[in-house]
Amino acid sequence: MSTTLSVKANHSAVTESAGMRQLLIAGALLFLLLFLLLPLISVFFEALRNGIGTYAEALTEPDALAAVKLTLIAAGISVPLNLVFGVAAAWAVAKFEFRGKTLLITLIDLPFSVSPVVAGLIYILMFGASGWAAGLIADTNIQIIFALPGIVLATIFVTFPFVARELIPLMQEQGTDDEQAALSLGANGWQTFWHVTLPNVRWGLLYGVLLCNARAMGEFGAVSVVSGHIRGETNTMPLHVEILYNEYNFAAAFAMASVLASLALLTLGLKSLLETRHGEALSQSHKH
Amino acid sequence: MDITLNTIDKQFGQFKALDNIDLHIESGELIALLGPSGSGKTTLLRIIAGLEFADGGGVYFGGEDVVAIPLRKRQIGFVFQHYALFKHMTVRDNVSFGLRVRKGEIRPDKAAIRRRADELLDLVQLSELGDRYPHQLSGGQRQRVALARALAIEPKVLLLDEPFGALDAKVRKELRQWLRELHQKTGVTTLFVTHDQEEALELADRVVIMSGGKIAQVGSVDEVYERPASPLVFDFLGSTNRIPAKLQDDHLIVGGQQIVRYNGNQTGNVTIYVRPGDLRVAGTRDIGLDATVLNVQRTGPIVRATVEIPSTGQRLSVEMPHLHHDVKQLIPKQTLRLRLMQFSVFAAEPDLISESIIAPHLIGRERLRQA
Repeated sequence: MSTTLSVKANHSAVTESAGMRQLLIAGALLFLLLFLLLPLISVFFEALRNGIGTYAEALTEPDALAAVKLTLIAAGISVPLNLVFGVAAAWAVAKFEFRGKTLLITLIDLPFSVSPVVAGLIYILMFGASGWAAGLIADTNIQIIFALPGIVLATIFVTFPFVARELIPLMQEQGTDDEQAALSLGANGWQTFWHVTLPNVRWGLLYGVLLCNARAMGEFGAVSVVSGHIRGETNTMPLHVEILYNEYNFAAAFAMASVLASLALLTLGLKSLLETRHGEALSQSHKH
Repeated sequence: MDITLNTIDKQFGQFKALDNIDLHIESGELIALLGPSGSGKTTLLRIIAGLEFADGGGVYFGGEDVVAIPLRKRQIGFVFQHYALFKHMTVRDNVSFGLRVRKGEIRPDKAAIRRRADELLDLVQLSELGDRYPHQLSGGQRQRVALARALAIEPKVLLLDEPFGALDAKVRKELRQWLRELHQKTGVTTLFVTHDQEEALELADRVVIMSGGKIAQVGSVDEVYERPASPLVFDFLGSTNRIPAKLQDDHLIVGGQQIVRYNGNQTGNVTIYVRPGDLRVAGTRDIGLDATVLNVQRTGPIVRATVEIPSTGQRLSVEMPHLHHDVKQLIPKQTLRLRLMQFSVFAAEPDLISESIIAPHLIGRERLRQA
């Protein structure tokens, strides 16, 4: 009986024929090559077209340095703040039951569904010359719009969900047994958080911070609205790229763009590394 | 530390999880909370721990009301079903966690903490594995680490939630034995939750059987096994044959045959509850229950037979140790007379005679002879 069965190795019922498979794979690869890889390569190609000297010059020129510095400062303020906020929100949502929990989760997602331009406009409407909150700060010497505080506010708004979104499912998956065990052993709330909860989510947290940082440094729309584009003062890296490009200074624009692209590649690399090394410690959605 | 529970109530939405629970546990006892899922046993354990709060009633440790004392100050050792070990800490760090988070004067110095952790690891026979991480241990070893960790804070009460639920049968048996010995060594008042009646009977001094948020019976292993308070308890403690019968003239009658003497002094319909292992072949001149053997099956050290009562057509199961001298009479199609060595009788229709029958009833000839 068994001799009459012809066995086809590696041929499961759901597999397409070899030709179809090759066609699909080739199609996907071609698409990636055309729309993702080629443009990325061309960024670096354009940046280096006039030689390494021009490239270095474009990056070390004072306005460029100021843009890099501002971007680092904006990200340096907003990422830690979002880290604290994200951990607090995830902790609250995952470990406690309270009224309005669904509303809080929805609000956390708001920045993802609102256009960044609108996010920037919100702050103009609030703190701009005729904004309703402008009166509050009129007496002080603080300028929010067209200054660093506005850029930071807009960046925080846009990158709000990254850390919280990453941690909430992870913490929910892990449940509260570990925390209850720590409490039963006499630990107080802070000790429980520091020695048990935080180490349990550390890789997920790093993952969230990584994505948050990438977006904070690359944000264009919201920051563009509130920054005022003052060269050397309120220009972040993405805004600086735009200005240079509009001035037909392609080499410098692409040089700056290549720095941003490298940052993206670095983020991508670290992200993949986290996923392969610590996949089991990340939330379900990232597991392979 | 003795524990007293006083009229504990707990409601989850519409579901009454615990209904007016009273229970007293002596210091040093080893108690099993036994019941099917949804019977409220885990909720009760969590209320004693302070992980859950009762809607009403009191929890007393050694006479002291602990309801207002939060979990972290209650000084209980709680062992979770899935161990809840801290994955990023070594076994030794897990065990010493409860000492390391102490503050001020009550915190032992580093050397003392390490010494204590090693002592505990010794106690749970894991002294070699102090530097491993939880994921490098087997399930049974993890469970022992969880126990050592709970014991580190010198708990007044040790509470275990389905401690062996996630382990395979062989490891479970070993750990039971081991927990029993550990309890003898430490003498800590211990409560554990289980749905496995064998585990409860083997391990506990006393068993608390729960059903539908109420305590169905509390007693020593002998008491609950031999004098089950209700059909439910009888059913829950092992496999059961239920034989409808009539009580008349000081005898139980099945299908017109007097099968066993029963001094009840009443008349009425009853149900006989008898375990398969409590049926034996009767002598030729004794009274008993006639039955025809249908099939015989040997499963390891136990021989199981299915027999049929010809007069009523009811099937019963019979179990004997494989070396018992009655086994050779278990031949298919053969008719035997079975005697009921130990059984319980409950009124079939409560409203008819439950008033007059002194339930629960148990008569076993072997038992009577001893008494």
